[in-house]
Amino acid sequence: MLSRTAENLFWTARYIERAETNARLLEVGARNSLIPNTGGGYRNEWESVLQAGGTAGGFAEKYGDMVQRNVETWMFFDRDNPSSVASCIEQARENGRIVRTALTSQVWDALNSASQDIREFARTERSKLSVSDLVDWTLRTCALIRGASQSTQLRNDGYDFTNLGHCLERADSTARLLDVKYWVLLPQVAFVGSGLDNYQWRTILRSMSAHRAFNWAYGGEITPRKIVDFLVLNRASPRSLLTSVEGAADHLDRLARAYGRATPAQTAVRGMLGELAEATVDDVFDEGLHEFLTRMILDTSRLSGVIYETYLSGDAR
Amino acid sequence: MPDYFNEMFDGSNVRMPYRGLDDWSTEMPLELRNLKQSEAEALFRRIGITFAVYGEGGSPDRLIPFDMFPRVFGAEEWRRLEAGIKQRARALNAFLVDVYGRGEIVKAGRIPAKLVYCNEAYETAVVGFTPPKGVYSQIVGIDLVRTGPDEFFVLEDNCRTPSGVSYMLENREIMMRMFPHLFQALRVAPVENYPALLKRTFASLAPAKCEGEPRIAILTPGHFNSAYYEHSFLADMMGVELVEGKDLFVEGEYCWMRTTEGPKRVDVIYRRLDDDFIDPLCFRPDSMLGVPGLMNVYRSGGVNICSAPGAGVADDKAIYTYVPDMVRFYLGEEPMLNNVPTWQCAREDDCKYVLDNLPDLVVKEVHGSGGYGMLVGPKSSKEQIAAFADKIRADPDNYIAQPTLALSTVPTFVDEGVAPRHVDLRPYCLVGETVELVPGGLTRVALTEGSLVVNSSQGGGVKDTWVMAE
Amino acid sequence: MRLSVSHVTTYRYDPPRRGMVQSLRLTPAVFEGQQAIDWRVDVPGGFRGAAFRDGAGDWVETVSLQGPMPEVAVTVQGEVETRDLSGVLRGHRETVPPVAYLRTTNSTELDPRLRELAGDALEGASLQDRLDQAHRLTSAVRDAIEYLPGRTHTGTSAAEALEQGHGVCQDHTHALISVAIASGIPARYVTGYLFVDDGNGHEASHAWAELHIEGMGWIGFDAANRCCPDDRYIRLGSGHDATYAAPIRGLAEGTGSETLEVAVKVSESSQQQQQQ
Repeated sequence: MLSRTAENLFWTARYIERAETNARLLEVGARNSLIPNTGGGYRNEWESVLQAGGTAGGFAEKYGDMVQRNVETWMFFDRDNPSSVASCIEQARENGRIVRTALTSQVWDALNSASQDIREFARTERSKLSVSDLVDWTLRTCALIRGASQSTQLRNDGYDFTNLGHCLERADSTARLLDVKYWVLLPQVAFVGSGLDNYQWRTILRSMSAHRAFNWAYGGEITPRKIVDFLVLNRASPRSLLTSVEGAADHLDRLARAYGRATPAQTAVRGMLGELAEATVDDVFDEGLHEFLTRMILDTSRLSGVIYETYLSGDAR
Repeated sequence: MPDYFNEMFDGSNVRMPYRGLDDWSTEMPLELRNLKQSEAEALFRRIGITFAVYGEGGSPDRLIPFDMFPRVFGAEEWRRLEAGIKQRARALNAFLVDVYGRGEIVKAGRIPAKLVYCNEAYETAVVGFTPPKGVYSQIVGIDLVRTGPDEFFVLEDNCRTPSGVSYMLENREIMMRMFPHLFQALRVAPVENYPALLKRTFASLAPAKCEGEPRIAILTPGHFNSAYYEHSFLADMMGVELVEGKDLFVEGEYCWMRTTEGPKRVDVIYRRLDDDFIDPLCFRPDSMLGVPGLMNVYRSGGVNICSAPGAGVADDKAIYTYVPDMVRFYLGEEPMLNNVPTWQCAREDDCKYVLDNLPDLVVKEVHGSGGYGMLVGPKSSKEQIAAFADKIRADPDNYIAQPTLALSTVPTFVDEGVAPRHVDLRPYCLVGETVELVPGGLTRVALTEGSLVVNSSQGGGVKDTWVMAE
Repeated sequence: MRLSVSHVTTYRYDPPRRGMVQSLRLTPAVFEGQQAIDWRVDVPGGFRGAAFRDGAGDWVETVSLQGPMPEVAVTVQGEVETRDLSGVLRGHRETVPPVAYLRTTNSTELDPRLRELAGDALEGASLQDRLDQAHRLTSAVRDAIEYLPGRTHTGTSAAEALEQGHGVCQDHTHALISVAIASGIPARYVTGYLFVDDGNGHEASHAWAELHIEGMGWIGFDAANRCCPDDRYIRLGSGHDATYAAPIRGLAEGTGSETLEVAVKVSESSQQQQQQ
């Protein structure tokens, strides 16, 4: 398939995944704002939400103060925020439009309707749109697009590139969310193990729609060790680093088989997978959670680079 | 008020091809009509068919109004049209082979040398090279208007990359979905094999160095182009890759496509960008849309480019006047389709006549398109006419003039019910090893009452075009 | 005359670039005025591809380099036996109709000053004697544009050069093409080499115009040197203007800084070398 087509499919998936992550973050922020005075008050909560999404700087530049309504606008509607749900959906749709011929009509319909809905929202009076409705809409829409893709797309190379996009974006966002929380907690070592700490950690779980799954899997007290195990090393956790990297490895193997040749991308993903599969929570904490996550983020982006060089750039011979 | 030919009604009688549509339209309750209309619009929007035809520019997300009342031709009417269209397409291609080769028509004094060789669209870079099977223009879009039962006039020829064919196909698709019973009751000839015919046309024109089944690709300027939907639609319907310039590169004797499995050779390129942009090493050096070195591969037989660079010289408005002569010269036949009488402002006598008769004439720029930069005399004010006369005097070579034609009308849904509106027609003739024409085309309709301008940028819409099977 | 040519063009890229493609018009034209004894065009690391003779009679070659490469060198080495035909391009095979060269480009576009220059030059000239007209136009251009390197650039048009009143051979040639076309004489841009025996390495890469004179065919006119090409000239290829006639047209993917270095040497082959 055309390299550029593969690249557009890859990015369509990444943007869908990113839209969902940001909608969940918005939900977390909105929820936290309902529970005042957890430590520094909800103002801090919004800040950490923006930091997790990596757009705190952009927000401060445009709006200044943390006013909830502005944060909501910023995270959902604002086209100046490249990670806002609206931006991500439009980018996904545009990437999809470019490769319209590589998509089934169900997938295109889902993408196109999503973009039309977004435009409709933008024309609707804000007081008629509740945050929870917007978040629900996003989760439903992303699920619809993913579902349409999983159930109607041919299981060909395009399918693999789409799923590589999903896997890499998930790996990246999981690592980043964990890492940001780490920094937010860092100055407050005293809080470790306190109610506040738990609250912060719970936020992470919630932002990945994983808090109930976590309870089922682990039960009892939320501890950093359990969280790290769940979000980094647990194969059952749908957004854990291991699950994401394993998914990437599967799809790269499928590509290698289909094209009849192994590539540096396989080598790169196997390296990551080998380490994650062997690692224990102790290994992670021995290295330092931040150091470990930084390395993972770097490895993921390196893997992304190798995939680009190998398949998406069109320069490989 | 001139007398316009109504394609449906001859007095109070319904003309043959339209039998069955009278009851359909009069019996359709307004509610149902509105429902169907919004259904059609929703369908267009959902499939994403939002683009401008004929290089008119405009927002890529704009919808062109679709009128549900079909425009119909009888089998016999169409047979005559078809013969005329194919004849013209053959003559235009013969002309191109000639003017890039021996130039017999010029030597014979049938057409002035300067008009051909100094034409902006004449490419010296392809002189002496004949493309596969001598076909320069694989898709000839001929714009026609009708003024009477048997009177058709060619307004202009489009030999480069005529657009709008996706409307022909989608309009039909939507009509069949919305009014299946009409298609059950009436025998409408299908157009759906157009993409297959187009693919066969390209496949029959593989370059000299191609062995085996040729790989075809459509070259688009990119997704910001207003006709991107059409490029992508055609690629999909033909099952070929849609590429941008940066997806292709030249190495050795061939042109290659960048794929996830490494380079794949491309043999036939259906390009939807202008000559100037095809290859920065041959034409405009600042083109970012083309493929460096592509023309060298083309000229040495490693790839075919459709339409052939330089094909535009045949559809130039100044050359248009000579097309009937081409038919006689190359085919030894009498032209079956008439040209509209045309005055060349470049000629002194013609220019004088034009300036004296501006209120009755339509004046166009030689290289203009999209209905811009033109004057419709009968519809213009004294001031507008005076201002246009100054423009003609300043640069007479740039203008041609034609009489105002009494364009035929077809019933069209309007707020008050059904009313006649003026239409034109663009059929798409395919030239490869054989010359093919699907029974249909794109009918454009001027939705404003009395308007003769059918361009979508100026209030025009589109209709499904039916040819009744015998 | 037997001339030997050494011509190296080096492109340097920072950062290194990928995917370079070049279209080369670097082979001596085939006509009675010259015959290549030995001619080699080399692009180290380059992949030779599509080659053909175009309608204007030029041999065109394609070279591609995958890269990434920090530099690309195009090397020309050769020997040509030349004859003085007083500028007449005798025995040259081409199929482009001369009338096609009555078109101007951005570089040769006419303006009132160029028209005036053409009009003044031909004042009193015989309407029939096209050859005399060509000579008059050549002199007029040379009088109007002083030879002064470094003041014009590759994008300077004929009109701009005339307004400035100085330029190099490219500007003289563009101006001559313009005024010739204004006078109804088909004209084109020709590139090649010029042997100058002054020992100080005068610009050896050269350009001049060819004008089509009814009944005689294409004839070279070198406005910069006020003469018609003789056996000191080696003709490569032609085009509507400098861009279209360029011996090397190339592009690499990506962006970054690009520097160009050209070294040309044209010398008379010594008897000794000839015997080797």
